[in-house]
Amino acid sequence: MATPVPSHLLRSDIATAGEARSALSTAAAPSLADRRVRGIGFKDVTVAYGGLVVLDALTLEVRSGEIVALIGPSGSGKTTALRAVAGFVRPTRGRITIGDRDVTNIAPYARNIGMVVQNYALFPHMRAEENVAFGLRARGASQAVLRERVAESLRLVGMEAYAKRYPRELSGGQQQRVAIARALAIRPQVLLLDEPLSALDAQIRRSMLDELAKLHRELPSLTVLYVTHDQTEALTLADHIGIMRDGKLIAFGASRSLYRHPPNRFSAEFLGRANLLPVTSVQPIGRGLAEVRFGEAVLAATNPHGLPQGADCLLCVRPHDLRLRQGEGGHNALAGIVESVQWQGEANSIVLDVEGHRLRLTCAPLGEPPEPGTPLALAFDPHVVTLVPETSGD
Amino acid sequence: MTDLSVASSPASPRLPNDVWAAPPLLVLAALFFYPLSLILRQALFGDEGAFTLSHFGEVVGSPLFLDGLHHTLVIAVSATAGCLLLGFILSLVIAFVPFPGARLVGRLIDTFIALPTFLVALAFTFIYGSSGLLNESLMRLLHLPLPPIDFLYSQWGVILSEVTVYTPFVMRPLLAAFSLIEASQIEVASSLGASPLRIIGQIILPAALPALIAGGSLCLLLTVNEFGIVLFIGAKDVITLPLLIYDKAIQEFDYTTACVIAVVNVALSLGLYSLYRLAVAHFAGSRAGLV
Ligand SMILES: Nc1ncnc2c1ncn2[C@@H]1O[C@H](COP(=O)(O)OP(=O)(O)O)[C@@H](O)[C@H]1O
Ligand SMILES: [Mg+2]
Repeated sequence: MATPVPSHLLRSDIATAGEARSALSTAAAPSLADRRVRGIGFKDVTVAYGGLVVLDALTLEVRSGEIVALIGPSGSGKTTALRAVAGFVRPTRGRITIGDRDVTNIAPYARNIGMVVQNYALFPHMRAEENVAFGLRARGASQAVLRERVAESLRLVGMEAYAKRYPRELSGGQQQRVAIARALAIRPQVLLLDEPLSALDAQIRRSMLDELAKLHRELPSLTVLYVTHDQTEALTLADHIGIMRDGKLIAFGASRSLYRHPPNRFSAEFLGRANLLPVTSVQPIGRGLAEVRFGEAVLAATNPHGLPQGADCLLCVRPHDLRLRQGEGGHNALAGIVESVQWQGEANSIVLDVEGHRLRLTCAPLGEPPEPGTPLALAFDPHVVTLVPETSGD
Repeated sequence: MTDLSVASSPASPRLPNDVWAAPPLLVLAALFFYPLSLILRQALFGDEGAFTLSHFGEVVGSPLFLDGLHHTLVIAVSATAGCLLLGFILSLVIAFVPFPGARLVGRLIDTFIALPTFLVALAFTFIYGSSGLLNESLMRLLHLPLPPIDFLYSQWGVILSEVTVYTPFVMRPLLAAFSLIEASQIEVASSLGASPLRIIGQIILPAALPALIAGGSLCLLLTVNEFGIVLFIGAKDVITLPLLIYDKAIQEFDYTTACVIAVVNVALSLGLYSLYRLAVAHFAGSRAGLV
């Protein structure tokens, strides 16, 4: 996946078979005019199956050249949202746009999208290169264009050596690369990925994740909607993340800030397994910070959602933001009893009981891990913990 | 396979395999090979009891036989082609066009296999026959003196009936093959810009090819030997090999000729059957590699 990409591969302007021919014939002369701002727009998109709403008034904007990840538990409507963009489910309400085009009523084959699914869906009786060529043939590309694009796309995913293989002769990871090349060969305006790494084993998944990130650096103008239930994939790849629950988008934001300042309990738990402590009596103290009470203790934390004075809420502490301390007292200090300790190679994971609440702490491997039942003192920096309203997100 | 099963249960005392094989072989011999050998003997030795190929020469060279062979092949090939086409289209609709009751229609077509074949021929006489529903209505409506629709008592009547009867035999393996095609393959093809026709031609057809070949050769086999439908339609100049055998043996008591034709018919059937097995085995092998 290391080859530099010819600039015309970045173009994404083939819409229909008819348009494709003219676009292909001028493919050698790329111009800046092609780099219009494009993306995917959901406006109030609702999908129902037999009266049951599975996607509830989704409004979301994926900007051109951006990767947006939709994450959420199984059945939350992620795939449905993606299939609505592809044109395989019809919204009962709302509009979908790709670029400047309202595609709500346009057939799937005229939407100019690339799609990659969990089970690869390669055509079993075609060689890798024929799979990649399929979309170009369907759009009536000339032999010359076809050959060039197939080679380019396979090179992009590091599969040029496997062009003549049948899917059954490839490993899962290789099949998924071919599937990605097949999607990219038509130079789609947007790339839709539905859990593309879920069928792969952990190690391959990690390296594919790196390669997907690299791929997007090589194709910076490609707009990507990435559906996954895996927060690591989302955090690694996405510029923005949307969190789905029961058909609703309950949180959306830049990946880093969504992780740092989750807007509700569900997002805090789903994205990064946060520790959540119930705290009371918010007391803003300026500079974006507020004090809260946790039993006898007074703790300081950021208050990005502007919780009002006296409110009750949750304190969100990431496991790696909790520190072990020597001695008692001090600012932002908590006392806990060790419940269990796990050694996980590059880290230790300690579960503590803090006044009846369970907290998880990860730290660098300890020379002498504490025994269960040992009292420990904990502390955290107020700037890395967040006050979260006690709503589920609905 | 056999080796494996034997190896996995070693020291247990059991009868040798050939003892177990004997009874079914005996039954097979009594019910199948013995009558077949009688037919072969009659064809080769005739009533005189001396070996000669002259009966074969006479019969096989006769216009009656050649006409019968011609009709048999034309009807079988046309009916099979019709079955494949109709079966493919119907299966396509049932499998890929969601409509309420698609499943029920599939089941209904499946039960068709259980019905006796000549029933359709009978039903067709009621509908398309010279005094059938369609002709009566048309004659009354248009004040015609003669029945206007007159295809039933011809080769076409036989072919139409056979297509109706044997299409389910093609649809059954086809529907099974279609159910194995991943929906996501079709969706991806569609998002890549393929029209429905291209998807049928390049994704569905290749996946269905083994089923088409298996169903088609089964159809060919069944239509070559079809007797009931041809008899029931009773078209005067449509004589097929099975009908010819019946005529010679039952109506003219010419057993030697009947037996010669029977031998040709059996050879034709066995040839087609080997082709069918070959096709199934070939695709079973390559499919195993696919999945
Ligand atoms: N074709 C369908 N018919 C009926 N219900 C469906 C269909 N597709 C999805 N659903 C339902 O819609 C909900 C959302 O599904 P989906 O979008 O696949 O969730 P996710 O991808 O987040 O796991 C689920 O409850 C699922 O059962
Ligand atoms: Mg899904």
